[in-house]
Amino acid sequence: MSVTQAIAIDKPPPPARGWPRARILGYALVGFWVLFGAGIVAYLVYAWNAEFFARYTPAYLQGLGTTLSLVAISMVLGAALSLAVAYGRMSKNRILSGLAYCYVYFFRGTPLLVQTYLVYYGVGSFRPELETVGLWWFFREAFYCAVFAFSLNTAAYQAEILRGAIESVPRGQWEGAASLGLHKLQTLRKVVLPQAIIVALRPYGNELILMIKASAIVAIITVYDLMGNAKLAYAKSFDIQAYIWVAMVYLVMVEILRHGVEWIERRITIHLHR
Amino acid sequence: MPAQSIWTLLSWGPDGWSDDIASGVLVTIALALATLPIGLVIGFFVAFAKQHEEPSLRLAGNIYTTVFRGLPELVTLFLFFFGMPLLLQHVVRLFNPEATIDVNSFVAGMIVLSLIFSSYASEVFLSAFRAIPKGQYEGGYAIGLSKWQTMRLVVLPQLIRIAFPGLENCWLSLLKDTSLVSVVNLAETLRQSGVAARVTKHSFLFYSVAALIFLALAVLSSIATGYILRYLGRREAR
Repeated sequence: MSVTQAIAIDKPPPPARGWPRARILGYALVGFWVLFGAGIVAYLVYAWNAEFFARYTPAYLQGLGTTLSLVAISMVLGAALSLAVAYGRMSKNRILSGLAYCYVYFFRGTPLLVQTYLVYYGVGSFRPELETVGLWWFFREAFYCAVFAFSLNTAAYQAEILRGAIESVPRGQWEGAASLGLHKLQTLRKVVLPQAIIVALRPYGNELILMIKASAIVAIITVYDLMGNAKLAYAKSFDIQAYIWVAMVYLVMVEILRHGVEWIERRITIHLHR
Repeated sequence: MPAQSIWTLLSWGPDGWSDDIASGVLVTIALALATLPIGLVIGFFVAFAKQHEEPSLRLAGNIYTTVFRGLPELVTLFLFFFGMPLLLQHVVRLFNPEATIDVNSFVAGMIVLSLIFSSYASEVFLSAFRAIPKGQYEGGYAIGLSKWQTMRLVVLPQLIRIAFPGLENCWLSLLKDTSLVSVVNLAETLRQSGVAARVTKHSFLFYSVAALIFLALAVLSSIATGYILRYLGRREAR
């Protein structure tokens, strides 16, 4: 008793906060970032051009609208299509699952830019055939082509997310629900999906962020989205701030989404924390 | 409709476009392979900074990933391709007022792709760092290895094994991102196919060829990574 008390002496003092190499390096790097940020702010102040603003702000806002609607429409259409693809991937039918596998492999294995070109320039080159079928009005518009390509692309990614989330729910959950007399659709809706959503939320959020970032490439096929308007503004003014502003808007959008997803995740997993 | 059949168009030689597209494929592969080591090294050091006990280092690393993962690849590319010459020109004009700077699109693409690749790879490395128990470091120190030796001989071999599947994904998206550099006139696969498509008016054919080439590169990569994975698995201690 007395021995243990004698041993229980004071804790050693905390190590001194000196200037080890790591801290010097860390401060230098943070200093570099601060300088970098300050440099950009200084440049924007120095290059402040009221005329530039008056001229291009409406175009940027309209471009932002185009970007957001492109992403929103593609995400929703892709989600609808992904249900079918995910069903095919999980199906026991060899042909069906093979087809779904090829679909997913193709759209995940090739660049989105190539897919967009393939739709806009490739499918668009069959003008006479499209006119006879009556689909030319659709493939004539760059925006519709972009929506088409993006929906097909995101459907492949979303199908994999959905499949992964549903398969992450243990088999016992299905069996338990079946033994309670729930049929398959009820089981999916009331038992499996609520658990799968927790797994799927973060990948879905990432997919949304990736789509917003990827949507910048539609500027190349002459859609005037946010990036398209920046390109136009740069081509007219040769002012690099055209791209700096647009970079900031994208960065802010992505950060808002990222924190939003984290917030939702904290909310829906509240019952899992103690 | 041009008189040539698609087999002439796809042949090798003056009438066909296969040789042009093949040179583009070489540029694509060269760009991806040139980016890979730079991106891996930067990514490793950023991850190292992000798991360091020093808060300022962590902050610097986190800013790096936030910026380069948050910006669209195309915006980063344009900022570099158009902004870099301006910046360099200002610096160079201090010494030589007549100088003009042009940025090579291969170099610009390489820089931008390594920034993007490294910010994604750093997340993979970071989770691998977290998967390695502290005892591994302590064991290394206990047998008298220095910090650097512990990192190189004890931590790094495990880190690579854990991070490998994640890095494979980063590599595949790097391969796809190389197509973006076609926008700044680098004569890679997509650019060459685009030229062929415009000249021959067979857009669907040549863009399909480009898609199939990227698909083939992805398949080849997964075969190669399968071999590497088996090799890494063999070296694992049992």
